[in-house]
Amino acid sequence: MKKLLNIILVSCLMLSVSCIDDLNQTPQLQTTSATVYATASNYKMVLAKLYALYVTAGQEKGGANADLSSNMGYDYMRCYFNMQEAGTDELASTWIEGDKIADLTYLTWDASDPWVADMYYRLFYTIAVCNEFLRNAADVNIAKFTETEQSDIRIFRAEARFLRAMAYYHAMDLYHNIPFVNENDPVGAYIPPRYTSKQIFGFIESELKDIEGTMLDKASCEYGRAPKAAAWSLLAKMYLNAEVYEAGNHYTDCVTYCKKVIDNGYSLEPEYAKLFNADNHLRTNEIILPLIVDADHVMSWGATTYLVCGEVSSTKDDSDYKPANYGVTNGWGMFRIRGEVPVLFTEGDTRSMFFKDGQTLKVDDVTNQLNGYLVTKWSNLTDVGEQASVTTSDGVDTDFPMFRLGDIYLMLAEAVVRGGTGATTEEALGYVNALRQRAFGDAFETSGKVSISDLTANFFLDERARELYWECSRRTDLIRFGKFTGDSYIWQWKGGLKDGTSVDSKYNIYPIPSSELSANPNLKNENY
Amino acid sequence: MKSKLFICLILIFYGIGTLKAQTTAVSGNVKNSAGEPLPGVTVLEKGTTNGLTTNVDGNFTIQVNPKSTLIFSFIGYNPIEEAINNRKTISVTLQESVVGLEEVVAIGYGSSKKGNLTGAVSNINSKDFNAGLISSPAQLINGKISGVQIMSASGSPTAGSTIRVRGGASLNASNDPLIVLDGVPLETGGISGNSNNFLSLINPNDIESITILKDASSTAIYGSRASNGVILISTKTGGKDFKVSFNTSNSVQTKTKLADMLSRQEFIDVITNEGSADQKALLGTETTDWNNEIYRSAFGTDNNLSVAGNIKKIPFRLALGYYNQNGILDTDNANRTTGNLSISPSFFNDYLKFNINVKGSMNQNKFADTRAIWGGATYNPTIGIYSSSNSFGGFNEAIDNTGTPVTAAVLNPVGLLNQHSSISNVNRIIGNFDVDYKMHFLPELKFHATLGYDYAQGEGTIAVPVEAAEFYTSGGRNYTYGPQEKSNKLLTSYFNYNKTIESINSTIDATLGYDYQFWKSATNAYDNLNVAGVSQSAVAAQDSRHALISYYGRLNYTLASRYMLTATIRRDGTSRFSEDNRWGMFPSVALAWRLSEESFLKDVDVLSNLKLRASYGITGQQEGIGDYNYMPVYTISQTGAEYMFGDTYYFTYRPSAYVSNLKWETTTAYNFGLDFGFFKDRLSGSLEYYTRQTKDLLARVPAAAGTNFDKIILTNVGNVDSKGFELSLNAIPIDNKDFTWELSFNATWQSQVIKNLSMVKGTAITNTLAGPTIDSYNFQVLTEGYAPYMFYVYHQLYDESGKPIEGAFADVNKDGQINSTDLYRYHSPTPDYILGFSTSLRYKNWNLSTSLRANIGNYVYNGMAMTTGAYNTMSYNSYQLNNLNRSYLSTGFQSRQYLSDYYVENASFLKMDNLSLGYNFGKINDAFSLNLSALVQNVFTITKYSGVDPEVPQGMDNSFYPRPRIYSLSLGIEF
Repeated sequence: MKKLLNIILVSCLMLSVSCIDDLNQTPQLQTTSATVYATASNYKMVLAKLYALYVTAGQEKGGANADLSSNMGYDYMRCYFNMQEAGTDELASTWIEGDKIADLTYLTWDASDPWVADMYYRLFYTIAVCNEFLRNAADVNIAKFTETEQSDIRIFRAEARFLRAMAYYHAMDLYHNIPFVNENDPVGAYIPPRYTSKQIFGFIESELKDIEGTMLDKASCEYGRAPKAAAWSLLAKMYLNAEVYEAGNHYTDCVTYCKKVIDNGYSLEPEYAKLFNADNHLRTNEIILPLIVDADHVMSWGATTYLVCGEVSSTKDDSDYKPANYGVTNGWGMFRIRGEVPVLFTEGDTRSMFFKDGQTLKVDDVTNQLNGYLVTKWSNLTDVGEQASVTTSDGVDTDFPMFRLGDIYLMLAEAVVRGGTGATTEEALGYVNALRQRAFGDAFETSGKVSISDLTANFFLDERARELYWECSRRTDLIRFGKFTGDSYIWQWKGGLKDGTSVDSKYNIYPIPSSELSANPNLKNENY
Repeated sequence: MKSKLFICLILIFYGIGTLKAQTTAVSGNVKNSAGEPLPGVTVLEKGTTNGLTTNVDGNFTIQVNPKSTLIFSFIGYNPIEEAINNRKTISVTLQESVVGLEEVVAIGYGSSKKGNLTGAVSNINSKDFNAGLISSPAQLINGKISGVQIMSASGSPTAGSTIRVRGGASLNASNDPLIVLDGVPLETGGISGNSNNFLSLINPNDIESITILKDASSTAIYGSRASNGVILISTKTGGKDFKVSFNTSNSVQTKTKLADMLSRQEFIDVITNEGSADQKALLGTETTDWNNEIYRSAFGTDNNLSVAGNIKKIPFRLALGYYNQNGILDTDNANRTTGNLSISPSFFNDYLKFNINVKGSMNQNKFADTRAIWGGATYNPTIGIYSSSNSFGGFNEAIDNTGTPVTAAVLNPVGLLNQHSSISNVNRIIGNFDVDYKMHFLPELKFHATLGYDYAQGEGTIAVPVEAAEFYTSGGRNYTYGPQEKSNKLLTSYFNYNKTIESINSTIDATLGYDYQFWKSATNAYDNLNVAGVSQSAVAAQDSRHALISYYGRLNYTLASRYMLTATIRRDGTSRFSEDNRWGMFPSVALAWRLSEESFLKDVDVLSNLKLRASYGITGQQEGIGDYNYMPVYTISQTGAEYMFGDTYYFTYRPSAYVSNLKWETTTAYNFGLDFGFFKDRLSGSLEYYTRQTKDLLARVPAAAGTNFDKIILTNVGNVDSKGFELSLNAIPIDNKDFTWELSFNATWQSQVIKNLSMVKGTAITNTLAGPTIDSYNFQVLTEGYAPYMFYVYHQLYDESGKPIEGAFADVNKDGQINSTDLYRYHSPTPDYILGFSTSLRYKNWNLSTSLRANIGNYVYNGMAMTTGAYNTMSYNSYQLNNLNRSYLSTGFQSRQYLSDYYVENASFLKMDNLSLGYNFGKINDAFSLNLSALVQNVFTITKYSGVDPEVPQGMDNSFYPRPRIYSLSLGIEF
């Protein structure tokens, strides 16, 4: 017995020494950055996350195992769509209350608005994760890999910088003066400085120009990844709006980069509606940068699932109107279009994709699904008209065209009309008419064709609504034309009144969320 | 077998019949140590109810069995047992006891006499536990101890309790106290299949005593784990006598108050007067009281059999328990089978002692789908349970224009209960092996070691048939999750030196020890499958581990049994922090002075005890956070969360937020205490005052955007201060042979303030939204300078008739507009005062007892009134009507006023937790004794609060599972 005791005593003493090593615990199933970046093939898996950041919200299907704590847990594109569309004449949101979207709808938000915060944190989350990739993809980190692997990773690096630039562009467009943080800054314990929109503009511009040479050509770029033309498209978009960001007149630069895209071998898809259906991954002729949504593999409750299921009424009981007509299992009844936009279309314009029976044109009651036309532009049908997926459990199969040639045509033409050089007015007219020819088909010559005298600045605001409604462009366009705030253009429910009213110009810029102001003393809101 | 039982019964009755046979008269006298006669001393024939009290001269004469034993007892004196051995006269002298102060109390890594304690320690023995049907050990002491708040999460038998000692010290890290069961610190949190009520896997009936260590001096020996207090649980062990006891409690639970919804007629009236044509068309002609369909009277049974005694001088105890409790929500059930074996052999004249204890538990839960509670309140009372068709299992569901169930519709609550099956099986085994060895060469020196192992495994199955509306479009569900395995290995070893040195009138008790503990939690990956076996989503496997290593020492020094000093120090190392930050040092010191032993008070007769105590200590915290939060962890995605390049789908890697310099949260606490006893401790009590400052809070706060991989990160930030008063009083106004009356009362006042919550100086005041949400609205806030979790709402405006005006809120900051800057902080769910009162009255063999509990100053957000109290909530879709809360009749709100302070209500309450009446038959014959009791739990609640229950987790009353009223009958037999 004493022997046993001695054994216990000695073993306890031994344990007390040897167990100290047990304090070095590392994850068993997850891995640490050191392990991930030890293998070249893992870089592509991290890159895949950088793209996925735009459409999904977590590491499990449908946003489970969420990326970040936010008010509502939605993905980037769901937030971005609402930020760009909800307050404009293009959208009437049904679930004003449950979705807390009243303030976006009525242009009455403040620094505590949940959407304003969710978008903001999504943007900077995306930027932070891109930075983390770049931190680990520097030349010194990848020197250990083969030459081929290294050159692949250099392209990934350029794409990561592009994706970061795109997030910065959206952040600048929405919030103007924002914190700036890049891969040279540490993780945590760091307070980013405030950059003015002009400084951010300069950063994005130099980044995109720096990486365009490294990014892939259209021909060699896998579907889903960003080719050179995506960087050019982003530059063109930023140049067109440069004055809004107090970065001066860049219309000629806009023309230059639009032409680069056009000359890169893109062409218009003959049928407008096919750009927005479940087979739109086949539209690589026109779509420059798709954001992929796939019912089996890239499943999102936001992004295009939100648009497709959201546009379908959840209540309409009409023999001509079935959710199945749009490829969805059942509709969410999220939104309709306000009355000001459908009237912009003239007879014969096939882009006017609305279901009008039983619907009123005007939206006298925002929450009534019978007020406002139902939009049918987005769909989850394949080219042969079959439902692509069970949307109630798997969402849709439709990709989101972040940049497409139609938009490039209109940007070029508008930049020319605004005084940009590098293309003639006739060329500009040609691009506008190319789009209208597609829209009007046989009726083009009689009712679709426009002439140089039609190409006023305001024409482009309306034409962009006709071509690009519900594609996250409207707010930026209205601001560029000085019509988003103030009283030069009033639409229903602007400012919260049924017939609309003028709103303060501060609403051109979203505020920095109040929670961020308490975390970063370098930031401030001038008008909120 | 049957005939044996019959003979047994006959013997028992024979025994009762012959109880009074063969007696003789014994007389005598009882004196105290001063030689004065003692009147009123109870003289009892052992094992019987035969007894009387001494007269004014201390004399007695009693008729007893000449072979029996007499017990002499009197409050304030140590009882004496005298075997009669055929004597005719017996006179005894009772020694005054320092009542209670000699009692031995567990203090962690050892024990101490109550009189020598220097810290704030409360101890409850099994005889004072709450009676009745107890689902979890925490409920045994609810309301019994000042400074301790225990709240069951809901009325479900599968629900657990939260325990807060002095309100908890942290904000976001854990506020749960450390629970140590027979020397084994228990695994915290839950497990798959029992995520809420992990502690319930310990059978409350096996518990002998519960000790709560409250102040830093008594908890500091647990160092890094002690900031939220420590609960020491000791289970029963075998004794000298052979004893078989059997207890059975059988109960019926009934529903109490439910959400206050419109009656069927009111509902029809509202629709008829205010509804649209479409809504009117949805009114049916049937009458269904949905609550009657989903709630039931629920039966429960709790049976425990134990055998204790010793075999060949080896004490043992074997206990078996079976508990089965239905919930009042139909199909809700928890059952548990427990076994507990303890063997404590000793060798070499007790120089070497072993204690082996194994506790096993098998638990099966049937989780009723609690969404049915919502349905029970809101489902249309004018439609029937069943539709005319066989679709959806025949249940009446909301069907849309495609013939499928409406997305996000409220599901038929009866359908949910019948079609959504969720069953879990959880097994847990906790074993400990203790060695105590008094050194042969130096008996004052003792070595103790405990090897402990706590292992649990949980898994469950979810099954929903294809035809059910819930997963109609995706083909139902049928899959098993888990098993999750959790384990916790412990090695404790310490040396203890205890010596009284007469020459300097001192006692020294020193302990030096080492602890090693290792935790592992792992879950297999699984898929959510539909009935056809097609994966609907994949859930990743998990495996998380951490280790804690500790060195500790304690010195108890007592001088002249009047002056006491306790000093402890503990050094902890955790795997949860980086090598640079992982070690923490946690010291404490406490002093106590027993004034009543001083010569100038010793002769004051009314004063039996007076002790002053003061303590100071630092404790730490690292619970409630992830195991790898300081490391850059990457998580790979699952199927459905990939991305596509070309034709290939890629799983993705995601970095998680991390803070590389994470370190201990530390709490510095002071405690001042006064213990007192009067009239030989028939009136006793204590008073405590404490302050506590927690710094480097492990808190979840917004990071500067772009600097980390989440909006909210866990980091060391900010300070929280708390303070409180605690009073406890015990009184025994009457105590004699026939009549005993005991009273106890405790009161707690506590207050907590967030001192600082920003990572950077000079930033705007942080208003971190927190707490439960409805439709992603937060209702509570963490703000510097305020109590945590205050409600953060708009101030409702009212018209002249006192009716709230929809959408009209006060312009609190007077800037001319109503926006989020007008939100203000309005009360909090934490009570200012917590009061507990219990009393028991014994008359001869009858026993009547009750306990009451009150919280004052706690506020609740009546979420149910808000979220079902606006007309717009009548329809969430065009195919279904939802019943409204009756508050609609007084507000007339059209849309929900989420952030109106109208819904924040004073939820102060007084509850009678239980009321019991028992009869102790005592020894029926030589073979066995019997007692019977009848008990009501959750007897009544007095409150102004209008919702379901004023006591709800996090101050949010939303679709709360009502706590039932429980009627039970218990029978205890001892052989």
